[in-house]
Amino acid sequence: MAATDIDIFSGEEKRNLSLGGHVGFDSLPDQLVSKSVTQGFCFNILCVGETGIGKSTLMNTLFNTTFENEEASHYQNGVYLRPRTYDLQESNVHLKLTIVDTVGFGDQINKEESYKPIVDYIDTQFENYLQEELKIKRSLFNYHDTRIHICLYFIAPTGHSLKSLDLVTMKKLDSKVNIIPIIAKADTISKSELHKFKIKIMSELVSNGVQIYQFPTDDEAVTEINSSMNAHLPFAVVGSIEEVKVGNKMVRARQYPWGVVQVENESHCDFVKLREMLIRVNMEDLREQTHARHYELYRRCKLEEMGFKDTDPDSQPFSLQETYEAKRKEFLGDLQRKEEEMRQMFVNKVKETEAELKEKERELHDKFEQLKRMHQEEKRKVEEKRRDLEEEMNAFNRRKVAAETLQAQSLQSSQPLKKDKDKKK
Amino acid sequence: MIERPDSAVSSIAQRNLEGYVGFANLPSQVYRKSVKRGFEFTLMVVGESGLGKSTLINSLFLTDLYSKDYPGPSQRIKKTVQVEQSKVLVKEGGVQLTLTIVDTPGFGDAVDNSNCWQPVINYIDTKCEDFLNAESRVNRRLLPDNRVHCCLYFIAPSGHGLKPLDIEFMKRLHDKVNIIPLIAKADTLTPDECQLFKKQIVKEILEHHIKIYEFPHAEDDEDSKLIRKIKERMPLAVVGSNAVIEVNGRKVRGRQYPWGVAEVENGEHCDFTILRNMLIRTHMQDLKDMTNNVHYENYRSRKLAAVTCNGVDGTKARGQLTKSPLAQMEEERREHVMKMKKMEMEMEQVFEMKVKEKKQKLKDSEAELERRHEQMKKTLEAQYKELEEKKRQLEEEKSNWEAQQRILEQQKLEASKTMEKNKKKGKIF
Repeated sequence: MAATDIDIFSGEEKRNLSLGGHVGFDSLPDQLVSKSVTQGFCFNILCVGETGIGKSTLMNTLFNTTFENEEASHYQNGVYLRPRTYDLQESNVHLKLTIVDTVGFGDQINKEESYKPIVDYIDTQFENYLQEELKIKRSLFNYHDTRIHICLYFIAPTGHSLKSLDLVTMKKLDSKVNIIPIIAKADTISKSELHKFKIKIMSELVSNGVQIYQFPTDDEAVTEINSSMNAHLPFAVVGSIEEVKVGNKMVRARQYPWGVVQVENESHCDFVKLREMLIRVNMEDLREQTHARHYELYRRCKLEEMGFKDTDPDSQPFSLQETYEAKRKEFLGDLQRKEEEMRQMFVNKVKETEAELKEKERELHDKFEQLKRMHQEEKRKVEEKRRDLEEEMNAFNRRKVAAETLQAQSLQSSQPLKKDKDKKK
Repeated sequence: MIERPDSAVSSIAQRNLEGYVGFANLPSQVYRKSVKRGFEFTLMVVGESGLGKSTLINSLFLTDLYSKDYPGPSQRIKKTVQVEQSKVLVKEGGVQLTLTIVDTPGFGDAVDNSNCWQPVINYIDTKCEDFLNAESRVNRRLLPDNRVHCCLYFIAPSGHGLKPLDIEFMKRLHDKVNIIPLIAKADTLTPDECQLFKKQIVKEILEHHIKIYEFPHAEDDEDSKLIRKIKERMPLAVVGSNAVIEVNGRKVRGRQYPWGVAEVENGEHCDFTILRNMLIRTHMQDLKDMTNNVHYENYRSRKLAAVTCNGVDGTKARGQLTKSPLAQMEEERREHVMKMKKMEMEMEQVFEMKVKEKKQKLKDSEAELERRHEQMKKTLEAQYKELEEKKRQLEEEKSNWEAQQRILEQQKLEASKTMEKNKKKGKIF
């Protein structure tokens, strides 16, 4: 008897088993980590802020290096995004860092459309990933992930409140990317002003429903530090690549006549906090959130737009094959319908024009008839006149003839007298 | 050998860091998160009954997966090939592992074993399909990975070579799952016999182009050496045991014979330690990666290619596979739109031409009409003029003649007057 019958017995209940010794799978995280290290990591930062607010300087300060950049002019026609990718290495960790700059942000007179290029860029990166994910033959594991993991929003240090451009832009971005708002050029605000400014900003964000990135507090290892940092948002930062001698050390700082602002001094600014949170503690979480939350949201919307559903009207889950087949049928039917429509439209057009032309023909014909009648009429008149004239002529001739006859007669009658006269002589 | 996917190497601007930035911390962040998430692994064991599969599992994981309460499948007598899975949760050093062991009792036990691999293939494909459907949903949640990551194939220790069933099975499954062939009950072979047996098996595997699981290329020199050593000992000859025996004061797992104890974890007795190290301690993640990146992707592209070429002519170029089925439809749609546009343009052209023709004809007739009308008008006018002229002439003639007549009348009158006078005069004479 052939052993072909399947009898799948699935014991879905998970039993907890205790091990009688060291098996060794506690090395699994290490295996995973070493694989990730070999593959290299990838991180993409988007810097949004007005021209000259210190985006490039901050990036240089954060990563302790000089990224190439030309100073941007204020006279850009619109906002455009400039992504640049760099390969960094620290001990054995390779990081492919992409910094995306928004050039021209906040420079135009009409800033209503300023947010659009940014949203489009973010969506495009999601779209590229989605397309790769949907391909038949795909290679996701060595795909260069260009999705934006973090958006640093630079707030101008006015000391008062957020600008409306800031609110509008952040509101448009908060469902697409992790936002960390930072107060730029914080060395122009005093401590007390800063405190009020921070409170004002946070309350404005809350009242406008802007979702900024919250450092995760669900992992015991980092709960404490993350929750305390959450309270310091937005970070007030100062950036500098120049070094100044303070004490007997060279530190990165900005030298003013009234003192030296040290970048890495926590009582001067929140730069250290930003670096800690962004790079040392939560980088992986930012990547995860981007993939699991923002990208999934984009994907869901896009697929729903394309007409995909998870369940059919009977609430039975669709299999992928069925879905694609159904789509294909629909698609072919759609094409056919379009063809039909076009043909129909053409037939109608032809009919219409034919009718129009016929109408014109008829009009012309009528006109022709009318003119003909006019001519007839005129001709008749002319004939009449001619006849009248002829009659007149005849009448005249008759008169003439009559007169001449009369004359001739009278002449004849006077002739005999003359003859007599002549005789008498 | 199964092709390993290449990692993309690209040259992008390099930058040197002038100070400690901190992203060297990334690996530990990844570590933390992975521990929190927990791990999953599915191991399948295939082989005839009595080859010691359950015992080996128990030995590998140092636990009683199959015990009195949960008897192993082999304890039950099967008439057909079953595929049974048991899920257990094990913890070690803070790391949680959800282990699924898939057993195939009845495999190779019947008299006629044709197609006894089919249930196994179906199981693997079903798990892949489940994953594919879950991955393709609109609303995705955390995807549980139930795909088979590794298949341990037990070869009976005949000492001679592979059986036809072994070859057939491995040929059919090497494209779907990572296969690790093991020589079971290796304590029935002497080291020399074992060597010969292994050589024979390797030869047959090469002959039949069977792709068994290969170790990844190691960066480290040390690791390379290790891997080479392991490769030399493939296929691994294993012994399993549920019993702990005391040998020289040590407690070891082993099999007690009158002539001695075959120790499970003794590298000179069998390759069990190598198997355990390789399977669990060093290459578990790689097995999962191979499953995900190679075997699953193969399944997926096969499945999706079938969908798009469904109903359409099978002469589609291979280049179509680089797109998603949707992208392909998009392209087809665009082609169709272009075709329609062209058709539309052509029809428009013909239409326009005809209309122009007709309009031109109408215009011509209208012009003709105008011309004739003009002509007629002119003729009439000429006639009118002529008539006027004639009338004028007539009037002129009339007035002349009338003038003449008047003169004549006048003359006549005068003549008659004179005559009268003369008459009077005449008569007097």
